[in-house]
Amino acid sequence: MSITRVEILAKVTEIVQDQLDLDALELTADSIAADVEGWDSLAHVRIMIALEQAFGVRFTTNQITSTENVGQLLDMLQSLV
Amino acid sequence: MDLLELPWLPEVPASFREDVRSLRRAGAASMVDLRRLATHRLDLTQLSLLARVCAQASGALGERSLRLRILSNGTQDLVVSAVAATAPRHGLLLDVSAGLFGNWMHEALDPGSETARARPQYVLLALDWRAFDLAPCPGDTSLAEQRVGAALDQLLATANGLIRHAGCQVMVQSLVEPASQMFGSLDAQVPGTLRWLVQRFNRGLCERLSSGLLLLDTAAIAAQVGASRWHDPGLWHLGKFPMSTRAVPLYADHLCRVVMASRGLARKCLVLDLDNTLWGGVIGDDGLAGIVLGQGSAAGEAFMAVQACALSLRERGVVLAVCSKNNEAIARQALREHPDMLLREHHVAAFFANWQDKASNLRAIAQSLDIGVDALVLLDDNPTERHQVRHELPDVGVPELPDSPEHYATLLLAAGYFESVQFTADDRSRAEQYQNNAARKAESGAASDIDGHLASLQMVATLSAFDAVGRARITQLINKTNQFNLTTRRRGEPEVAGLERDASAISLQVRLTDRFGDNGMISVVIGKVDGDDLLIDTWLMSCRVLNRGVERAVLNELLFRAAARGVRRVLGWYLPTAKNALVCEHYAGLGFSCAERLATADGEATLWALDVATFQALACHLQVDQTALEAGPQAGGLMAPASALDAA
Repeated sequence: MSITRVEILAKVTEIVQDQLDLDALELTADSIAADVEGWDSLAHVRIMIALEQAFGVRFTTNQITSTENVGQLLDMLQSLV
Repeated sequence: MDLLELPWLPEVPASFREDVRSLRRAGAASMVDLRRLATHRLDLTQLSLLARVCAQASGALGERSLRLRILSNGTQDLVVSAVAATAPRHGLLLDVSAGLFGNWMHEALDPGSETARARPQYVLLALDWRAFDLAPCPGDTSLAEQRVGAALDQLLATANGLIRHAGCQVMVQSLVEPASQMFGSLDAQVPGTLRWLVQRFNRGLCERLSSGLLLLDTAAIAAQVGASRWHDPGLWHLGKFPMSTRAVPLYADHLCRVVMASRGLARKCLVLDLDNTLWGGVIGDDGLAGIVLGQGSAAGEAFMAVQACALSLRERGVVLAVCSKNNEAIARQALREHPDMLLREHHVAAFFANWQDKASNLRAIAQSLDIGVDALVLLDDNPTERHQVRHELPDVGVPELPDSPEHYATLLLAAGYFESVQFTADDRSRAEQYQNNAARKAESGAASDIDGHLASLQMVATLSAFDAVGRARITQLINKTNQFNLTTRRRGEPEVAGLERDASAISLQVRLTDRFGDNGMISVVIGKVDGDDLLIDTWLMSCRVLNRGVERAVLNELLFRAAARGVRRVLGWYLPTAKNALVCEHYAGLGFSCAERLATADGEATLWALDVATFQALACHLQVDQTALEAGPQAGGLMAPASALDAA
């Protein structure tokens, strides 16, 4: 049973909301870290780690540092799960 | 069984995220709420969610929270929230902060630093091998020794500086060696390899730990789960995270255990279920012959390992109790008669086998041992029982157990309920002491008539004259007994020694044992013979053995000795003090009559007299062991000729 892109986005949104303590945050494929309050480099690592745990995947260091927007993140997750 | 997953904790409930959020909205989480939530297998995300509620509670329950500051050569952000959220699992509330990575020495020693100003109760120096100059130098022994020595000096100087300036408790870590090697099996033998340097450092750290320093043995924890899973080089390069994120929850748990133990909050009592926990099967149905225990099967051996584990915990000071849904007689019989049973009745300080619910029994166990419910751990194979107890008594430690017993012992120990920061001789005898106390308490509760109770104690009093062996304890009793003390006459050891050889004195030291144990020396009497009179100048007793009739047995012996010496009258003063009102009627109760009353600054002093010729021995529930008395005043345990006794 494969997970849809919509479902992945929902889960990613939930995790980012928890990590950044922003209950009402909404994300789209075009969202970038710079636009979200508190999504600095440390928060980014924490978010990526939380995503690894939630989806049961492992990112390479390169993958963690090179994603430029949420859309790319979704692409990466879709290819790994 | 993977320790990184904290398998002894129950799985996180589906409602966790919502539970935490509603606590947050309500803004008033209690320790009970926090503890309930924290006592699950939480991953980093869940821990960071819970940490926010804990921070909120820290603010509200201000004085109950402790400040822990972490100074490190790495990034501690993940650890900070993990530790804050884990703390309530161990009954703690920790306000955790971290200094900037890499700045640890300055933060520790600069009196103007944020660390100094925060005035934390605990500072953790979370340093790994990269914090020190431990560059490998294989083959160069003196350089290797030098590097290790310098690193240790640096760490300990920082730690001690912190203690001096910030007045806090300091926790240091052992080093986890990287999961790789230079040569292979040779690394440990070649001075200067990283493995050699780290092992040397850790040994040196143990040797140089002084009181005031706590050790978090990360090397041991990492070894238990595997260094290759502990380290994550990618994370270090990414942001100086010192360990794999998967290891953080376990690390946080161990850290909290050490803090908990240092505050005296570690558990004291292991409560054991019986059926399918200590043996396979149900004793009530299967009988002695049917339960699975012993060398014949894997399960039988596994259950023996559980019993052996309980016994070794007892040996280091953990008290054992039984809580089982069983007929009591049948349960006791199993412990008494099964040939492969390692645990026996006499190892158990509180035995509760009945059909009541376990939570009620646990409360009763705690009460019978005079400890809090939060000092208990329940080992029970039945998930329903575990659930009920966790729900009703969230302070009891209840490890989650798998279906089959081979991991029970490992899990129990891995959970760290009995973590300790010291081990003394007192600890070793603790289980025994609790057992004796509990037994005495139970007896006095159960006996409805005093005589029956006293008789059942099976007391034996050993009376002997003063001797060299008892001298120190006699002197101690003379000088520190205040309540049951008729004259409060103090004497130093030389005077007491003199009484050993004083032919005009009748002196007694009294030891008491009962069914539950040896109470040691509990009474001292000194009388001086003066013509026809024996004047008692000292009569004291330990309050631990009040109302047992000891003084009657002592009086009987005193009168016997007095009569043998031709004494006609026994006299004794009661000299009142602020503390000995307890004994103002002591002589009256023994049949003396009041011969004189004297007003003094502290009240009315009274002189009491008893006629030897008309004295009848008083009934008491004690057996008196007189063998030591036969030896006479000079003997000190050796048999002396009978004539030495009847000095005129």
